[in-house]
Amino acid sequence: MEFPTRSSPYLPVANDLSRLMRKVMLALVPGALALFWFFGWGIVFNLLIATSTALLAEAAVLRLRGKPVRPALLDGSAALTGLLLGLALPPLAPWWIPVVGVLFAIVIAKQLYGGLGYNPFNPAMIGFVVLIISFPLQMTLWSPPTGIGHEGPGFKDTLQLVFAGRPPEGETLDTITMATPLDESKTQSGLDLTWDEILSDPRFGNYGGYGWEWVNLAFLLGGLWLWKQRAIQWHIPAGMLGGLFVISLMFYFADADGYGSPLFHLFSGATMLGAFFIATDPVSAATTPRGRLYYGAGIGILVYVIRTWGGYPDGIAFGVLLMNMAAPTLDYYTKPRVFGQREEQDD
Amino acid sequence: MQQHMVTLLEKPATFHGGLHLPAEKAQSLTGPLKSAAIPERLYVPLSQNIGEAAEPVVKTGERVLRGQLIARSLGYISAPVHAPTSGVVSDIGDYPVPHPSGLSATCIVIDSDGEDRVADSGLKMENVYLSDPADIRQRVRDAGIVGLGGAGFPTAVKLNPGPDHVVDLLVINGAECEPYISCDEALMCCRPNDIIEGIRIMRHALHAKQVVIGIEDNMPNAIDCLQKELDRLDEKDIRIVPVPTRYPAGGEKQLIYALTGEEVPSQGLPIDIGVVCHNVGTAAAIARAIHHGEPLISRVITVTGAGISEPCNLEVRIGTPIASLVEQCGGYTDEAARLLLGGPMMGFALRTDTIPVIKTSNCILAASSKELPDPPPASPCIRCAQCTDVCPVNLLPQQLYWYAFARDMEKIQDYNLFDCIECGCCAQVCPSHIPLVQYYRFAKTEIWDMEREREKSDLARRRHEARLARLEREKKALEERRARARKSLDKKPKAGDADAKKADIAAALARVKAKKTENADAVPRNTDNLTTEQRAKIDTVEQRRNGKTDGA
Repeated sequence: MEFPTRSSPYLPVANDLSRLMRKVMLALVPGALALFWFFGWGIVFNLLIATSTALLAEAAVLRLRGKPVRPALLDGSAALTGLLLGLALPPLAPWWIPVVGVLFAIVIAKQLYGGLGYNPFNPAMIGFVVLIISFPLQMTLWSPPTGIGHEGPGFKDTLQLVFAGRPPEGETLDTITMATPLDESKTQSGLDLTWDEILSDPRFGNYGGYGWEWVNLAFLLGGLWLWKQRAIQWHIPAGMLGGLFVISLMFYFADADGYGSPLFHLFSGATMLGAFFIATDPVSAATTPRGRLYYGAGIGILVYVIRTWGGYPDGIAFGVLLMNMAAPTLDYYTKPRVFGQREEQDD
Repeated sequence: MQQHMVTLLEKPATFHGGLHLPAEKAQSLTGPLKSAAIPERLYVPLSQNIGEAAEPVVKTGERVLRGQLIARSLGYISAPVHAPTSGVVSDIGDYPVPHPSGLSATCIVIDSDGEDRVADSGLKMENVYLSDPADIRQRVRDAGIVGLGGAGFPTAVKLNPGPDHVVDLLVINGAECEPYISCDEALMCCRPNDIIEGIRIMRHALHAKQVVIGIEDNMPNAIDCLQKELDRLDEKDIRIVPVPTRYPAGGEKQLIYALTGEEVPSQGLPIDIGVVCHNVGTAAAIARAIHHGEPLISRVITVTGAGISEPCNLEVRIGTPIASLVEQCGGYTDEAARLLLGGPMMGFALRTDTIPVIKTSNCILAASSKELPDPPPASPCIRCAQCTDVCPVNLLPQQLYWYAFARDMEKIQDYNLFDCIECGCCAQVCPSHIPLVQYYRFAKTEIWDMEREREKSDLARRRHEARLARLEREKKALEERRARARKSLDKKPKAGDADAKKADIAAALARVKAKKTENADAVPRNTDNLTTEQRAKIDTVEQRRNGKTDGA
């Protein structure tokens, strides 16, 4: 009798790339629902446009590169990039915003570097940064979280706005959009208002901005589930949230009038989405346990710096990309101690 | 020399990483330990252990008895081989052996005469506990005993800690952490007396201060049987410690860490921290040799998997072809799709079942394609580091993979490739299905190859340099001689007394002429340079000869 041979181990493997990606997508659901609840149909359009663009772009480039298309599409990595970028975009942005961002993310930031596993930078965040640098106006088109001021645009109005660029009857873009709390706080503190004065505005809710604090809580929930499922390790989220918490606490203690509270920073903007879903992209992150902790902490600190002193309302994308650059060095200097080796030779 | 004494922990320590794997041992542990039938023909490889292969001391056609030495060990790290049964040596030549490469190696083929007559091995020892450890070691060596846990390191070497070491702790490995393999468990349940006796002999030989048997806590039966035997013997100084069931708890360094909380140094040996570790099967083999005079000619092996009709554990003569064992277990089922020697994590796949069982074979696993399916095709590494989480050695498997892939053999050693124990945990959890261990094996062999090449080229270079140096030396010597010659010429009287020169030349010419006439036949004759007696003998012979001619 003849038997086939190959190398050990032989047991069936339980783990799978597409399963991993599906878990991440599933964990995004609560956060996506919260965004939809507060910001309306624009979120859905963004997700649909971004995801389908991602799949099409991935398929097209793989074809051009002469690589098998089906397995790569089925692994879910392209769809996930689309979803993550879609979740980061303002709901009233015109349709071509997600298209341009995702095209850049998939074609340039991912496939031109060699495809899955070879990209040094987080593709979704590259797409985001291209958009925020090139189209700053369109990137501020956030609708107010439903419930404050007036009702947000409905399904039809949003459809018209996104695809035809026409605001609803009797409205202008300015009247139906509203700056996000992070944006607002930056403008206001530029006007020498104290944080107490800024926060007295009802849109700031309890901690991170009305609506935004719920969105962040929902992403936190999904993230914790992901960690429980062992799809991500705790190091990067803990590092990032810890870094952000410590630095914001320091400035808050020094001058509570001039700086936002740690809770404001933890539950505003894309903090939780970034900590659990974006910074944890394994391909571009540091990979040693200690390296991941530093990597996360670096992002947390950069996010604070950019939010507080930088020119952009949120700093997740820049923080992640800057730390992507540091990942190889972090890995090199944080190699774990191998079993049976001494920590440091004294002699 | 170790600085402090290792002590047993109250509660076993947890090593980094590892995996919970399905045990799959129950199916092979249903009945008692049976002896396998002796096949008509046995193939006994000369190399069954780490170290030098043995050298045959029998010839084709020779009759041998069971337990008779058929190949002697060469060197310190080597083990002799004995005839597994009585019969005739029908051939000594290359046959397939258990090796991942599937290559052949020299085997002594024995055709059984069916009588299984035994030879006196002279291994049996009276008053073991009063004897010299060196004597015990010699007998263990002569019995051909090697580590039966899998690695096959000659046991006598591990019974010799050397003058610089004190053995604080003797660890007996009964952890058997790999799925499907149950031969040690069967042995612990069915032969606890042999195991305990063997442990006592080892303890004596090593002067070990403490002894502990480490067993995975999912083998309560084995723990029970050994404990009963200890109680029966009223042996209080051998402890049994259950260790948490987590692969690879049976790895030597992992087990020692679990029991003592101490790490065997990287690239080091347990004895560096005052520990010696032996497998339970090895202990039993020592007892059989010292108390019963039986060299290592059989072992217990698990025959299991969905591809086997009646999975079980068998005591098997070394050299028995796998096919014969499968037959005795009811043959293959329709599901048999893959054949492994060893377990599913560290064993290797066999192409055919004609190869023989050797001293280190612990399991024959004929599996269905459902049990051990072909893996899905590999995807790119996404650096998720799940491999890092499960590595029991705390390596960075994905970095090792990356450098193996890039063939950066310097960098991969910076990442401690040679600390890898090839347990397979990393590949088991890889979501991209990358055959990581295969990459590490490739890199290791590549580096060994490079080292051999380097040694070779070093040798060639040294030779070349030596040659150049010699040529240089010769040239110098020649020049010196020339210089000396010139100097002596210079010293000789120069022009001025031309007469003297002329006389010299004339004398020289005369000498040459004389020599020419003398050496007309320049070839030296064998009658030159003779002693006076020989001369005299030759003269008498010549005279006789001359006389004869005269007379004729």
